Amino acid sequence: MSEFLYSTMTVLAILILVYLYRVIAGPTVFDRLLGLNGISTKAILLVVVIGTIYGRVDMFVDISTGYALLNLVSALAVTKYFEHRRSV
Amino acid sequence: MTILVWACVAVGLFFLAVAAVGMLRLPDVYTRSHALGVTDTLGASLVLIGLAFHQGFTLTAGRILVILLLLLFLNPVISHATVRAALRVGLKPWTKEP
Repeated sequence: MSEFLYSTMTVLAILILVYLYRVIAGPTVFDRLLGLNGISTKAILLVVVIGTIYGRVDMFVDISTGYALLNLVSALAVTKYFEHRRSV
Repeated sequence: MTILVWACVAVGLFFLAVAAVGMLRLPDVYTRSHALGVTDTLGASLVLIGLAFHQGFTLTAGRILVILLLLLFLNPVISHATVRAALRVGLKPWTKEP
Protein backbone atom coordinates (compact mmCIF):
# COMPACT_ATOMS: atom_id res chain seq x y z
CA MET A 1 0.00 0.00 0.00
CA SER A 2 2.80 2.37 0.90
CA GLU A 3 4.50 1.99 -2.48
CA PHE A 4 1.26 2.90 -4.19
CA LEU A 5 0.94 6.05 -2.08
CA TYR A 6 4.55 7.02 -2.80
CA SER A 7 3.99 6.63 -6.55
CA THR A 8 0.82 8.75 -6.19
CA MET A 9 2.95 11.46 -4.58
CA THR A 10 5.43 11.25 -7.48
CA VAL A 11 2.70 11.60 -10.11
CA LEU A 12 1.23 14.60 -8.29
CA ALA A 13 4.66 16.27 -8.13
CA ILE A 14 5.18 15.75 -11.89
CA LEU A 15 1.74 17.28 -12.55
CA ILE A 16 2.72 20.27 -10.39
CA LEU A 17 5.77 20.73 -12.65
CA VAL A 18 3.50 20.75 -15.72
CA TYR A 19 1.29 23.44 -14.20
CA LEU A 20 4.41 25.38 -13.17
CA TYR A 21 5.39 25.52 -16.86
CA ARG A 22 2.00 27.09 -17.60
CA VAL A 23 2.49 29.61 -14.77
CA ILE A 24 5.91 30.68 -16.04
CA ALA A 25 5.22 30.66 -19.81
CA GLY A 26 1.55 31.68 -19.89
CA PRO A 27 0.85 34.44 -22.43
CA THR A 28 -1.63 36.38 -20.31
CA VAL A 29 -2.06 36.83 -16.58
CA PHE A 30 -5.23 34.69 -16.57
CA ASP A 31 -3.28 31.66 -17.81
CA ARG A 32 -1.00 32.11 -14.83
CA LEU A 33 -4.03 32.33 -12.53
CA LEU A 34 -5.45 29.08 -13.93
CA GLY A 35 -2.08 27.40 -13.47
CA LEU A 36 -1.94 28.56 -9.86
CA ASN A 37 -5.43 27.18 -9.28
CA GLY A 38 -4.31 23.80 -10.63
CA ILE A 39 -1.17 23.84 -8.48
CA SER A 40 -3.22 24.55 -5.35
CA THR A 41 -5.63 21.68 -6.14
CA LYS A 42 -2.66 19.32 -6.51
CA ALA A 43 -1.14 20.65 -3.28
CA ILE A 44 -4.37 19.91 -1.39
CA LEU A 45 -4.31 16.33 -2.70
CA LEU A 46 -0.59 16.04 -1.90
CA VAL A 47 -1.11 17.11 1.72
CA VAL A 48 -3.88 14.53 2.20
CA VAL A 49 -1.70 11.78 0.62
CA ILE A 50 1.23 12.70 2.92
CA GLY A 51 -1.14 12.50 5.90
CA THR A 52 -2.27 9.04 4.76
CA ILE A 53 1.36 7.86 4.55
CA TYR A 54 2.14 9.16 8.05
CA GLY A 55 -1.14 7.87 9.49
CA ARG A 56 -2.07 11.34 10.82
CA VAL A 57 -4.83 12.37 8.40
CA ASP A 58 -6.84 14.06 11.17
CA MET A 59 -4.10 16.67 11.53
CA PHE A 60 -3.26 17.15 7.84
CA VAL A 61 -6.90 17.58 6.82
CA ASP A 62 -7.06 20.92 8.65
CA ILE A 63 -3.96 22.21 6.80
CA SER A 64 -5.54 21.16 3.52
CA THR A 65 -8.84 22.94 4.30
CA GLY A 66 -7.00 26.12 5.19
CA TYR A 67 -5.03 25.94 1.95
CA ALA A 68 -8.22 25.54 -0.09
CA LEU A 69 -9.87 28.57 1.55
CA LEU A 70 -6.71 30.67 1.10
CA ASN A 71 -6.63 29.74 -2.59
CA LEU A 72 -10.28 30.78 -3.01
CA VAL A 73 -9.80 34.18 -1.35
CA SER A 74 -6.60 35.04 -3.24
CA ALA A 75 -7.92 33.98 -6.66
CA LEU A 76 -11.17 35.94 -6.18
CA ALA A 77 -9.24 39.04 -5.06
CA VAL A 78 -6.93 38.99 -8.11
CA THR A 79 -9.76 38.38 -10.59
CA LYS A 80 -11.91 41.14 -9.04
CA TYR A 81 -8.96 43.52 -9.31
CA PHE A 82 -8.44 42.82 -13.02
CA GLU A 83 -12.18 42.94 -13.68
CA HIS A 84 -12.54 46.45 -12.26
CA ARG A 85 -9.34 47.65 -13.89
CA ARG A 86 -10.59 46.67 -17.39
CA SER A 87 -7.09 46.15 -18.78
CA VAL A 88 -4.42 43.51 -18.36
CA MET B 1 -11.42 -2.37 0.20
CA THR B 2 -7.81 -2.06 -0.97
CA ILE B 3 -8.85 -2.77 -4.57
CA LEU B 4 -11.46 0.01 -4.29
CA VAL B 5 -8.85 2.48 -3.01
CA TRP B 6 -6.44 1.55 -5.82
CA ALA B 7 -9.11 1.86 -8.50
CA CYS B 8 -10.42 5.24 -7.31
CA VAL B 9 -6.96 6.81 -6.89
CA ALA B 10 -5.65 5.42 -10.21
CA VAL B 11 -8.65 6.65 -12.22
CA GLY B 12 -8.42 10.01 -10.46
CA LEU B 13 -4.73 10.31 -11.35
CA PHE B 14 -5.59 9.49 -14.97
CA PHE B 15 -8.11 12.33 -15.09
CA LEU B 16 -5.61 14.70 -13.45
CA ALA B 17 -3.07 13.79 -16.15
CA VAL B 18 -5.67 14.49 -18.84
CA ALA B 19 -6.27 17.93 -17.30
CA ALA B 20 -2.52 18.61 -17.30
CA VAL B 21 -2.23 17.65 -20.99
CA GLY B 22 -5.12 20.01 -21.71
CA MET B 23 -3.36 22.82 -19.85
CA LEU B 24 -0.25 22.22 -21.95
CA ARG B 25 -1.76 21.88 -25.42
CA LEU B 26 -4.94 23.97 -25.61
CA PRO B 27 -4.54 27.38 -27.25
CA ASP B 28 -6.56 29.86 -25.18
CA VAL B 29 -7.61 30.97 -21.69
CA TYR B 30 -11.18 29.80 -22.22
CA THR B 31 -10.32 26.34 -23.53
CA ARG B 32 -7.73 25.88 -20.78
CA SER B 33 -10.30 26.84 -18.18
CA HIS B 34 -12.58 24.17 -19.66
CA ALA B 35 -9.85 21.54 -19.25
CA LEU B 36 -9.08 22.67 -15.71
CA GLY B 37 -12.58 23.28 -14.39
CA VAL B 38 -14.22 20.08 -15.63
CA THR B 39 -11.58 17.36 -15.69
CA ASP B 40 -9.55 18.51 -12.72
CA THR B 41 -12.60 18.58 -10.44
CA LEU B 42 -13.48 15.00 -11.39
CA GLY B 43 -9.92 13.73 -10.87
CA ALA B 44 -9.48 15.43 -7.50
CA SER B 45 -12.89 14.12 -6.35
CA LEU B 46 -11.94 10.54 -7.26
CA VAL B 47 -8.57 10.74 -5.47
CA LEU B 48 -10.20 12.15 -2.32
CA ILE B 49 -12.94 9.49 -2.41
CA GLY B 50 -10.26 6.79 -2.66
CA LEU B 51 -8.36 8.20 0.34
CA ALA B 52 -11.61 8.38 2.32
CA PHE B 53 -12.20 4.68 1.54
CA HIS B 54 -8.71 4.01 2.89
CA GLN B 55 -9.76 5.50 6.24
CA GLY B 56 -12.91 3.39 6.60
CA PHE B 57 -16.03 4.60 8.41
CA THR B 58 -14.46 7.12 10.77
CA LEU B 59 -14.69 10.83 11.49
CA THR B 60 -11.54 11.44 9.45
CA ALA B 61 -13.20 10.05 6.32
CA GLY B 62 -16.04 12.53 6.91
CA ARG B 63 -13.55 15.38 7.12
CA ILE B 64 -11.92 14.28 3.86
CA LEU B 65 -15.40 14.34 2.31
CA VAL B 66 -15.85 17.89 3.68
CA ILE B 67 -12.70 18.88 1.73
CA LEU B 68 -14.23 17.19 -1.32
CA LEU B 69 -17.43 19.24 -0.91
CA LEU B 70 -15.37 22.43 -0.51
CA LEU B 71 -13.41 21.60 -3.68
CA LEU B 72 -16.59 20.93 -5.63
CA PHE B 73 -17.85 24.42 -4.76
CA LEU B 74 -14.51 26.17 -5.04
CA ASN B 75 -13.05 24.98 -8.33
CA PRO B 76 -15.97 26.08 -10.61
CA VAL B 77 -16.21 29.43 -8.77
CA ILE B 78 -12.54 30.20 -9.47
CA SER B 79 -12.80 29.14 -13.15
CA HIS B 80 -15.94 31.25 -13.59
CA ALA B 81 -14.33 34.31 -11.98
CA THR B 82 -11.19 33.97 -14.10
CA VAL B 83 -13.08 33.58 -17.37
CA ARG B 84 -15.43 36.47 -16.56
CA ALA B 85 -12.49 38.73 -15.77
CA ALA B 86 -10.77 37.69 -19.03
CA LEU B 87 -13.95 38.48 -20.98
CA ARG B 88 -14.39 41.88 -19.30
CA VAL B 89 -10.75 42.76 -19.91
CA GLY B 90 -11.32 42.07 -23.60
CA LEU B 91 -9.49 38.89 -24.55
CA LYS B 92 -10.95 37.47 -27.73
CA PRO B 93 -11.86 33.76 -27.74
CA TRP B 94 -9.74 31.55 -30.01
CA THR B 95 -11.19 30.76 -33.44
CA LYS B 96 -9.88 28.55 -36.19
CA GLU B 97 -9.51 31.34 -38.74
CA PRO B 98 -7.39 34.20 -37.39
